[in-house]
Amino acid sequence: MQKTLLISALPFLLAGCADAPSMLDPAGPEAAAIADTWWVMFWGGVAILALVMGLALGAVFRRPGGWAPRSDWLIVGGGLLMPVVLLTGLLIYGLVVSVPPGPENPLTIRVIGHQWWWEVHYPQGGRVAITANEIHVPAGRDLRLELHSADVIHSFWVPQLGGKRDLIPGRANRLELRAEAPGLYHGQCAEFCGAQHAHMRLLVVARPEDEFHAWLARQHTPAPEPATPIERRGRERFFARGCDECHTVRGTPARGRDGPDLTHVGGRRTLGAGTLENRPGAIARWITEHHRLKPGNRMERFDHLPSEEVEAIAAWLERVD
Amino acid sequence: MNARQAELLHERFQSFWQSPTGWRGATAVNHTTIGRRYLVTGFTFFIIGGLLAMAIRAQLAWFDNTDLDHATYNQFVTMHGTTMMFLFAVPILEGLAIYLVPKMIGARDLPFPRLSAFGYFCYLFGGIFLYTSFLFGAAPDGGWFMYPPLTTRDFSPGAGADFWLLGVTFIEVAALAAAVEVIVSILKTRAPGMTLARMPLFAWYMLVTSFMILLGFPPLILGSVLLEIERSFGFVFFDTSRGGDPLLWQHLFWLFGHPEVYIIFLPAAGVVTMVVETFSRRPLVGYGWVVAAVIATGFLSFGLWVHHMFATGIPRLSLSFFSAASMAVAIPSGIQVFCWIATLWAGRPVLSLPLLYVFGMLFIFVLGGLTGVMVALVPFDWQVHDSHFVVAHLHYVLIGGMMFPLFAGIYYWLPLFIGRRASDTLGRIGFYTLFAGFNITFLPMHLTGMLGMPRRVYTYAEGFGWEWLNLLSTVGSFVMTIGVALFLTDLYLHARYGAAGGRNPWGAASLEWGMRLPAPAFNFVSIPPVGGRHPLWERPELAGESAEGRHFLGDPSSGYRETLGTTLDGAEPEQVIRLPKPSWLPFWSAAAGALPLIGVLTQLYWLAVTGLVALVVLLLVWAAAPAYGGAPARIEASPGLRLPNQAESGQGPGLWGSGLTLLGSSAIFASLLFAYAFLWTVSPAWPASGYAGSTGGEAFAGALLLAGAALGVYLAGTALRKGRAVQFRVAVAVACVLAVIFLLVTGDWLAGLPPRGTHAYSSLLHVLYGYQLLHFAVALMMGGFVVWRSRIGLIDAARTLEPAVAALWWYYAVAVGFVVLVVFFLLPRLL
Repeated sequence: MQKTLLISALPFLLAGCADAPSMLDPAGPEAAAIADTWWVMFWGGVAILALVMGLALGAVFRRPGGWAPRSDWLIVGGGLLMPVVLLTGLLIYGLVVSVPPGPENPLTIRVIGHQWWWEVHYPQGGRVAITANEIHVPAGRDLRLELHSADVIHSFWVPQLGGKRDLIPGRANRLELRAEAPGLYHGQCAEFCGAQHAHMRLLVVARPEDEFHAWLARQHTPAPEPATPIERRGRERFFARGCDECHTVRGTPARGRDGPDLTHVGGRRTLGAGTLENRPGAIARWITEHHRLKPGNRMERFDHLPSEEVEAIAAWLERVD
Repeated sequence: MNARQAELLHERFQSFWQSPTGWRGATAVNHTTIGRRYLVTGFTFFIIGGLLAMAIRAQLAWFDNTDLDHATYNQFVTMHGTTMMFLFAVPILEGLAIYLVPKMIGARDLPFPRLSAFGYFCYLFGGIFLYTSFLFGAAPDGGWFMYPPLTTRDFSPGAGADFWLLGVTFIEVAALAAAVEVIVSILKTRAPGMTLARMPLFAWYMLVTSFMILLGFPPLILGSVLLEIERSFGFVFFDTSRGGDPLLWQHLFWLFGHPEVYIIFLPAAGVVTMVVETFSRRPLVGYGWVVAAVIATGFLSFGLWVHHMFATGIPRLSLSFFSAASMAVAIPSGIQVFCWIATLWAGRPVLSLPLLYVFGMLFIFVLGGLTGVMVALVPFDWQVHDSHFVVAHLHYVLIGGMMFPLFAGIYYWLPLFIGRRASDTLGRIGFYTLFAGFNITFLPMHLTGMLGMPRRVYTYAEGFGWEWLNLLSTVGSFVMTIGVALFLTDLYLHARYGAAGGRNPWGAASLEWGMRLPAPAFNFVSIPPVGGRHPLWERPELAGESAEGRHFLGDPSSGYRETLGTTLDGAEPEQVIRLPKPSWLPFWSAAAGALPLIGVLTQLYWLAVTGLVALVVLLLVWAAAPAYGGAPARIEASPGLRLPNQAESGQGPGLWGSGLTLLGSSAIFASLLFAYAFLWTVSPAWPASGYAGSTGGEAFAGALLLAGAALGVYLAGTALRKGRAVQFRVAVAVACVLAVIFLLVTGDWLAGLPPRGTHAYSSLLHVLYGYQLLHFAVALMMGGFVVWRSRIGLIDAARTLEPAVAALWWYYAVAVGFVVLVVFFLLPRLL
């Protein structure tokens, strides 16, 4: 609390605040270049604003008979030459800064925007591991995101890693990024996409290369077999209630594509694209309360389910191997 | 002449110029009345839009707030933007122009008073229509930018998007009407001697702005029509699976949307210019620089639209081009700012209330301009685009560039509006409150955006460091509201208790201060001649002479409303323009025009058709009752100077108005061709497979028919000049028959295509045909109209205005026909 108070008092110190997904706290080369550009433009802007306001106020509060700038000097120098010179410089600087080095051996990840969640594919050979709302990446490796949309226009934005890029139906956009160091980087859909645009968050989890590969290998495996009676009951009710119409659970006959792939949902950090922290009991809560937690979302309501069934389904889904 | 006689003269003019009151007030057509209505209505919408903003700020004050649910919040955000853009900023500046332009350039009224009234009612009805959506719980919620596919039937099944598309399009008709009106007014009704180079700068600003409206609004009108007919009638333009592309909407929207920013800024900058000049007590330094800068802004503003689309994945090379253009537009803005500063230095500035608002504007607008240059830089824009940084930027630009100048202007021209002088204590408190509130709201918001908070989110979570900044913004916004409340209270107190002012309380130079206060409906008892840029500084006695009727049209005895028409550049007197009396036609025409909106919205198509038919009938009645009906061939403009009326001058404002209307329409047509070209480049198959081309027979026959129709129109004109009425009518009739056959031939070919809903290609060809059909329909009606007017003896070799207008439409329709033939039959062979 004290920390945030301090921050609000001195807003520009916030650039270094760790919990904000701040573009001024970059964690990758793309974002770092933009942050540098910002500071150049910020101080330049402050200087120009001070100059213009000083000149304007000076005209009113000058001493009679004192110094006065010449009109043509003002118009030609201030109105014409100053912007031409500064803007040309900025444009060239911007072009130099913005030219990416070109990724080396990038890891390709396909991201598909849905109202209001992110589907994430890791194509590898002929196989694909699918997860949702969480993008695990190897730190220090170039990434190439292939951006698609299943419905309306969304926009991928993780400020600490770089600028945003739209996900447009019928188009394949690309975004190249790199997370320099292991860490969690928050992001959010930036293009207004309807009712729950506010709850379309995503998380980039950057970890050392070997940890990432271990994670990816687990994602490629099918869901673990239920180990307890309650998990077996959960799996049975999952199908009895038609959850498989919308969700895929690899290793089972569930093949639905409208909702997130639930194969390893137990291992994810949040549910509902950042709406709910995935603590024990969260899945059960989501099943019965998602329409209150994230009103208007596309999932069917299941608040009529007996709590025993909900808990069984949740127990099965929560299981992580 | 003594004061008593001058008073009598004033009253005689007043007797036939005064706008009706009570329920007959709806028949008023005078620009002073209409302009005031625009201003009051605009302010009403401003307050409503402001209340929506308050609700938004209250919601975002703290994390996880749920005072507003997502549905209400999305509606509020959409309606806040829509209201401020379409119901406040543009109309209120149009209203200011409608009110001021004739007064500044020495005219009694606008050249088409009934059109201004019609435009006002379109605006009013459109605004009411939009807001009735709240009554049905169906307010638009797709954002003020309405991006498909979110706004297509699939993802927005409710009526909200229809309310928006229909209502906004209707309001834009008002904008186009006002634009045509203001251009013709400035070009053709300036006081004698007021050459273009002597115009007050506000007139230059409005001239350029009006052309921008005329060319900038059509892309959105077309886009809205396309989206609405995709939603309601099964066309396809934005669906990639059928040859469309959602980015087509973004191009059309921002082709409108970026000029729109300057359409809002330029009139306001014009206000600033007038205020700076008056309170610096000297002519503006760099008149020519300002004119050049304004024109440059007008051109450049049409080359920037893609900077709203940097994140859509457009190729790098085009991004660099649009980035450079977006930065370049800062140069003319810089020139204007430094001309104002140079004037302040060269003069003896008095920090009066209007000038104080100008200083507020300078700080805010320059800051907004600087962040504007930042977002023009592509990589930086990729970060802050669609974040709260941009929300802050756009409010700096629009509130600094528009609201503060508007308030400056309202204080400045208040004596003209209400005839009372301002006492400025409360006004200054209001200014400082507003200025502080604004900056507390929006300065921290830049940082909120850089910390990763996107726009248009109805709530946000704890822990991202956003809540304190948002709370600060919310507090600021309430301070700002208090500032607005103080401003309104101050206006009320002035209107009620202000000291009555004499003439020209600020000692200003321009003609609008040469009349008595508050401004009478007819502005000038007689229209003064002008010999320089600052008539009231150069000849202070001008005002008195004008009041004594010693200049042009100072004789009220005819009892007709009249103003002087002058030549385009030199402003030599060339005609006397008779102006209409109050009329119900504008009100009922706008009401009839509103019926199709309701009809399409509710899918009661009989209602839509009824409205259209009623509108056509009313417009014909309107056309048959021109203001010059029964006017003598020559009217005395001043002793010894007899000028033709507008029907016989060969330079009638109607002809200019039609030409400009067609210019606006051609921008719609150009947007349509742009849509064709754009979808062609992105669509894998164009023309889509299964669209067999023509053997060429239709193309050949169509071209012959069009050429024949054009020849008929040409021969009709020749016959008219030679006084051969029968030949004239026969030639017009032949042209009409050929045009109908042309429409049948091309329509028949079109009917053989696969249905419009199968592919964007087919949909676009149908729309092209519809555009052509509409223009030929008008041309045919005009043909019938002039034949009838010739039969009853109202058209002859001298009275040529009506046939000239009709000929213009005919030639345009024929030209459209040729382009359509090329698109239908020639392009598929080339592709």
